[in-house]
Amino acid sequence: MLSKGLKRKREEEEEEEEEEEKEALAVDTWWLDSDHPAVAQAPPAVASSSLFDLSVLKLHHSLRQSEPDLRHLVLVVNTLRRIQASMVPTAALPPVPSLPAAPGMADSLLASSDAALSASMASLLEDLSHIEGLSQAPQPLAEEGPQGRPIGGAPPSLGSLDLLDPATGCLLDDGLEGLFEDIDTSMYDSELWAPASEGLKPGPEDGSGKEDTPELKETELKDTELDYLMDVLVGTQALERPPGPGR
Amino acid sequence: MVLQPSERHYRDWSHRRLGPWCSPTGSPAPLSCETGCGEGSWILVCRLLVPTQVSLLSMEEDIDTRKINNSFLRDHSYATEADIISTVEFNHTGELLATGDKGGRVVIFQREQESKNQVHRRGEYNVYSTFQSHEPEFDYLKSLEIEEKINKIRWLPQQNAAYFLLSTNDKTVKLWKVSERDKRPEGYNLKDEEGRLRDPATITTLRVPVLRPMDLMVEATPRRVFANAHTYHINSISVNSDYETYMSADDLRINLWNFEITNQSFNIVDIKPANMEELTEVITAAEFHPHHCNTFVYSSSKGTIRLCDMRASALCDRHTKFFEEPEDPSNRSFFSEIISSISDVKFSHSGRYIMTRDYLTVKVWDLNMENRPIETYQVHDYLRSKLCSLYENDCIFDKFECVWNGSDSVIMTGSYNNFFRMFDRNTKRDVTLEASRENSKPRAILKPRKVCVGGKRRKDEISVDSLDFSKKILHTAWHPSENIIAVAATNNLYIFQDKVN
Repeated sequence: MLSKGLKRKREEEEEEEEEEEKEALAVDTWWLDSDHPAVAQAPPAVASSSLFDLSVLKLHHSLRQSEPDLRHLVLVVNTLRRIQASMVPTAALPPVPSLPAAPGMADSLLASSDAALSASMASLLEDLSHIEGLSQAPQPLAEEGPQGRPIGGAPPSLGSLDLLDPATGCLLDDGLEGLFEDIDTSMYDSELWAPASEGLKPGPEDGSGKEDTPELKETELKDTELDYLMDVLVGTQALERPPGPGR
Repeated sequence: MVLQPSERHYRDWSHRRLGPWCSPTGSPAPLSCETGCGEGSWILVCRLLVPTQVSLLSMEEDIDTRKINNSFLRDHSYATEADIISTVEFNHTGELLATGDKGGRVVIFQREQESKNQVHRRGEYNVYSTFQSHEPEFDYLKSLEIEEKINKIRWLPQQNAAYFLLSTNDKTVKLWKVSERDKRPEGYNLKDEEGRLRDPATITTLRVPVLRPMDLMVEATPRRVFANAHTYHINSISVNSDYETYMSADDLRINLWNFEITNQSFNIVDIKPANMEELTEVITAAEFHPHHCNTFVYSSSKGTIRLCDMRASALCDRHTKFFEEPEDPSNRSFFSEIISSISDVKFSHSGRYIMTRDYLTVKVWDLNMENRPIETYQVHDYLRSKLCSLYENDCIFDKFECVWNGSDSVIMTGSYNNFFRMFDRNTKRDVTLEASRENSKPRAILKPRKVCVGGKRRKDEISVDSLDFSKKILHTAWHPSENIIAVAATNNLYIFQDKVN
């Protein structure tokens, strides 16, 4: 880089670094290095949120399998938690309602779909245990935690993922409703899709407001999950449904 | 060797012992080789293919087997997904080698007998028996398909003339008996030679039927079916050293079975949380200790290994030992947990060590030291900077297996681009070899491969970006006493042998 003690202009420096990057292996974790000039230019949240998006997609895909691979699911969810934790470093502090520093509908959608994810994830895992209850006697509970050893700080359960804006850590207020006024919500006003039924876990504490906002991604996901649950619990339609895509 | 019409359908193959039909040039590779020491020099003994492909082609056209092998081997479109080999296992003597595939089939190969006339054929494996172990099923309660893919095969030690093995898919374990029949009774009184009944009035004398030799027939019969004990997907089975019990492990539970009892099993490990929302860890592999019938280990998706003693309690939720290496803070990333997930755990033959495989390394642990492994081997560390891409294409979730050699001095595991790696624990030397038909000529010694990680690429090296991540070696096996290895690459089974003096 700065060889022979020569001072170089910033543009030259950046050009050199780009060339070096092309020669050497592409380092995918560059966003973790805050000294990197590219990071200084772009907010870290952008890179983390793209990984977040990817993980959310993977989770969706995994949940949509006829029988999700539990290992894959657990690893993706744990990775998603890590990413979210890194994007919200001040989660422990009480949320301060203020304008988000990096506004964008994408962040809002992410946050609201995250609530739906946690709800659907929770409901699916709950559903797996319900189904097992039909065919097997309940297993004796272990005295210690599921890992067989005392757990100091238990990781937050899925159901309690707080609805925080990933970029800023602020709670999203109900002002989002205004964004969706144009969307036809008559389809989702039917009682059949009332979230209080079928033992669905409620979302985060302020999630009730979110469930009213008919965000398309969220309700589409809910449709699928509720549909699945309905079919399983009713049972009669089980044979009529074509099997989902194989693993 | 031309396939006769009666031999065309693969289901008939269990009734015939077939000669070698493997080598593309029609002649088996000789075992002698010229040079090489250190890690040893490896040569290709034979490359074996799933029988269906050959039989399907011969049904359409009468082609010599050699031509079949030559023509369609280069054309990937003939290989169907059902033929992808999903498990490989030698039996306890190394005489038999079993493979299971995604189509639920088991193919057993037998080692060619040594003879003075054909010394060069020693070490070659030929098809011995083929049978359909598992069929696809439909679970009506959950409205789910159950894959017929064979996840694992484990042999039982031989106690009589017959061979026994366990094979499992996601839900059901089966015990198969493979036996030979080379004699048949002849000279019945009431039946003639074609089996037609004779009129008793025409019988004037009685005779005792005698056993006469017949063409060897190998038949496989299912002796036990162990079903309905696993809610989640079975990832491991392990035969206990008492030879009376075995265990099957799924994502959250491990069950202990008695071979004679199929309608019940004992649950010995259960890590399912009361509230499924709290699920953060799953069981990835499990194995019994080779000598102590009360001891077993299981690994997790968080990179931990637990050793349990069944004498301590009926439900082994409390471990006796807990093996975990502290995370290296300099290597911490979003993918730390995924790459620490253990995909395979194997006891050494001595029972003193366990070996674990995670995404980038193989680790050897001493049973007496829980806080860190005694040896760590980098399988393909050049992938560490590619984790994001590998996460994107799901390769980061690939489950590689690992194996010990007979003397526990060398360990082997697979990688991408049809590469596999061997590590000599004593000399600390390692080698990368490739299992591919382009590079495997008969009589040639396998050339060590090298991956270039930046800077100038030498002529023989391959750069990281050129690696083919669709060609992965997940399953390998090592002969229990000799330096013969079996490497599964998609639908091909390669058998390599060390040099023979």
